[in-house]
Amino acid sequence: MSGLLMPKADDSTMSRRSDIVTALRAIVPGEGVVDATNAMRVFESDALTAYRQLPLVVVLPQTVAQVSRVLKYCHENNVKVVPRGSGTSLSGGALPLEDAVLLVMSRFNQILEIDYPNRVAVVQPGVTNLGITNAVEHEGFYYAPDPSSQIACSIGGNVAENSGGVHCLKYGLTANNVLGLEMVLITGEVVRLGGKHLDSEGYDLLGLMTGSEGLLGVVTEVTVRILQKPATARALMVGFPTSEQAGKCVADIIAGGIIPGGMEMMDRPAIHAAEDFVHAGYPLDVEALLIIELDGPVVEVDHLISMVEAIAYKNGASTCVISQSEEERMAFWAGRKAAFPAVGRISPDYLCMDGTIPRKELPKVLAGMRELSEKYGLRVANVFHAGDGNLHPLILYDANIPEELHKAEDFGADILRLCVKVGGVLTGEHGVGVEKRELMPEMFNEIDLNQQIRVKCAFDDKHLLNPGKVFPQLHRCAELGRMHVHRGQVPFPEIPRF
Amino acid sequence: MTTFTPKTEDEIVEAVQWALSENAPVEVVGHGSKRNLGRPLQTEHTIAMSEYSGVTLYDPDELVLSAKAGTSVAELETLLAENGQAFQFEPMDYGPLLGQAAGQGTFGGLLATNLCGPRRLKSGSARDHVLGVRVVSGRGELFKSGGRVVKNVTGYDLSKGMANSWGTLGIATEITFKVLPAPETETTLIVRGLADDEAARAMAIAMGSSGEVASAAHLPVNVSGRVIDGVLKGGASTLLRLEGFAPSVNDRATMLKGLLASAGTIVDLSGDTSRKLWQEIRDVIPFVDGTEQPVWRVSMVPMEAYKLVASLRMGAAVDAFYDWQGGLVWLRMEGEPEAEAVRALIRKYGGGHATLVRASTSVRAALPVFEPQPAPLAALSKRLKQQFDPSGILNPGRMVAGV
Ligand SMILES: Cc1cc2nc3c(=O)[nH]c(=O)nc-3n(C[C@H](O)[C@H](O)[C@H](O)COP(=O)(O)OP(=O)(O)OC[C@H]3O[C@@H](n4cnc5c(N)ncnc54)[C@H](O)[C@@H]3O)c2cc1C
Repeated sequence: MSGLLMPKADDSTMSRRSDIVTALRAIVPGEGVVDATNAMRVFESDALTAYRQLPLVVVLPQTVAQVSRVLKYCHENNVKVVPRGSGTSLSGGALPLEDAVLLVMSRFNQILEIDYPNRVAVVQPGVTNLGITNAVEHEGFYYAPDPSSQIACSIGGNVAENSGGVHCLKYGLTANNVLGLEMVLITGEVVRLGGKHLDSEGYDLLGLMTGSEGLLGVVTEVTVRILQKPATARALMVGFPTSEQAGKCVADIIAGGIIPGGMEMMDRPAIHAAEDFVHAGYPLDVEALLIIELDGPVVEVDHLISMVEAIAYKNGASTCVISQSEEERMAFWAGRKAAFPAVGRISPDYLCMDGTIPRKELPKVLAGMRELSEKYGLRVANVFHAGDGNLHPLILYDANIPEELHKAEDFGADILRLCVKVGGVLTGEHGVGVEKRELMPEMFNEIDLNQQIRVKCAFDDKHLLNPGKVFPQLHRCAELGRMHVHRGQVPFPEIPRF
Repeated sequence: MTTFTPKTEDEIVEAVQWALSENAPVEVVGHGSKRNLGRPLQTEHTIAMSEYSGVTLYDPDELVLSAKAGTSVAELETLLAENGQAFQFEPMDYGPLLGQAAGQGTFGGLLATNLCGPRRLKSGSARDHVLGVRVVSGRGELFKSGGRVVKNVTGYDLSKGMANSWGTLGIATEITFKVLPAPETETTLIVRGLADDEAARAMAIAMGSSGEVASAAHLPVNVSGRVIDGVLKGGASTLLRLEGFAPSVNDRATMLKGLLASAGTIVDLSGDTSRKLWQEIRDVIPFVDGTEQPVWRVSMVPMEAYKLVASLRMGAAVDAFYDWQGGLVWLRMEGEPEAEAVRALIRKYGGGHATLVRASTSVRAALPVFEPQPAPLAALSKRLKQQFDPSGILNPGRMVAGV
């Protein structure tokens, strides 16, 4: 992809490749070390496929001791390491580096313990998100955060990206559902944070680790909360003549004290693409469609459905259908869940962006996007986690037309700048990775960024873990802006003292 | 002895820069309501945040509230209540337990000590609701992290990093929290007469059901009479709180009564009495006795915690009650704190942590108030402190000696 600058490959590492492979083979036997080019191809990108890079060598450890020894070896020998789960990152978080070991955690695929009385599951990081729910479903439990990629993505990757899904307005993100971690530092030291009990003393390292995109440590065990499945779920499908009305409806629902299990919005292009694809029964004469799901005890859901229906009509809904059966509820969702592939049918390529805005700014941001769409001459379709303001504009382009990818990227960056300008953020759930790295200064000044890099320095002072991701420029830990304050230099007689 | 009471963010930066230039450690206080909690400080100078106060953004429709760190929590709770909202994590008030007035405490102190209450099980603690912070680090630099939207993974979550840092990493100047609708109504089901182990099992059954129990606590027989004016005296009380819309609360109450029918007699309390009961549990009112008798706050695996209490009772006089489905134990020691015995038993029964939340200054100076960490974790925490406050000028030794 154009203009992406990764850290320059270290010649000394490259020239030591065969030594490194030999050393890793001594730690992880058999097929756990992959160094043949063809075999490494499957790892050359994650779900942000525009970027590709073969790693130095791939290691698939199976035990914590192996992870520890691999990292210790890399630390002692100044070799970079890129951790990888299932490789579904949409921001290039698991993109290999030419001079880095790719540490793939997929063989850590065991559920270690399920403890129903304490409502926790202890799992290895390579277990898929859906795998946890599958393991506890027969007892009526589930794991709440549900990224659309849940069938494939690993819980370790979820921790690294602080992933969320449709449920997270009501049930929280990964950060709110993980109670404990075991992780290995780049030095090979194994540390445990939290556990089956609540909270920990000392600094909230669990909070810092969650969403740290593989830059602070390698997760080797995760303790998650499991929840009892709600007794029932029903959904409303509500169409509006304008997106402003839909936005106001969302605000009124929340102001009414109702937190739906899920609340999703699609704009006209997305509605049409989805309806053409799955025939969900979506109205085609509306500008915005909301799918609102209420879950909980049957009487509560019935009660709330009628409240939400009234709010919808009060805000000018032109259609409002309430699911009467599980099949109907699933049909409402089918279109939303197929929105990405549906858009894939109407355009050869698309770029999926991910920004969050204060919800009330939605009309302004949609209008801004329409202007940008004209400016760049590219179409955009919107699906949107309406409850929490997380937008996923899909920018449609054709990679075969020279310069279209470049235009799409610039368009996407402009959308994210707009999100920040209205009080939002660059990424709501997909992470910064390599994709949004250069946009970080839109949100943070140098002091803000340096303080984040300082956290990195506390965990990994040689910057060996996943370098080139998240931060636009890497300072060495020792040279981060030194501030000197000399005696008496800062006068402040204006501050009262007593 | 200098006390700075900055009124602007610039003055906070200047105060820290002055401390750096003088190489003079400072204590950071909000209202100082938790001064008697944690390790005592011996700093000569103080930065008092109480005059840096005021709400900077409150948008009920967006579920966000930002305020300057010195703003009184009590004031914010009133403002939220006027809009039918609340901090869903129910920040506890340590005032009464620590021999101070109730209703003190600042927004900054709330985050720095990661407050929460009985709804912790369902709704998390302060760290689960913080969205963004502005902070002056021990380097005298102002930085921000996070934002004002509920879904955000842009960069490291330094807002959570500030949670439970007890003012040792930086001084929060302005904080943004997610707020949520206050429950429309609440009811508490009370199962009478259960022993601690029976209560743990009953609570596990209730929490594992679709009853959406918001809080579960157990008051053994000698504690039960010490809340809500003695209404519950005469036997142990196991309490289950149901919250939400009235039809839903009633429906779930009926379901749970059926589920627990064999456990014992069940009575219920509703509305304001229920609210008062949970507030008293939150603020540890049973142990508000005007003494400095050691009180521990222990977080353990719910099904193991009663074993700790039973074992301790073999060797020492203790009084205890349980919140968080049994996983949070409030322990009052009748004599010495017995720190080593308490911590050894926690390790024996599945791990967790114990904080000595009340004890005389000399006891708190002599014992590790917070749970000691294994060496690699302690070293990591120390490195983190150094990255935020390399000169060690903010609350040195507040959490751990030497940090
Ligand atoms: C079709 C599709 C839909 C998606 N929908 C959503 C969605 O709804 N919500 C959402 O939040 N995301 C979504 N994603 C993004 C992605 O699935 C998540 O970010 C996911 O958490 C990545 O998990 P993974 O195991 O694939 O991690 P990878 O892609 O392998 O890695 C992601 C990052 O995590 C790090 N990492 C992985 N494992 C570990 C470990 N054990 N220890 C330390 N670091 C580690 C890597 O270094 C990398 O930085 C979607 C992706 C796709 C392709």
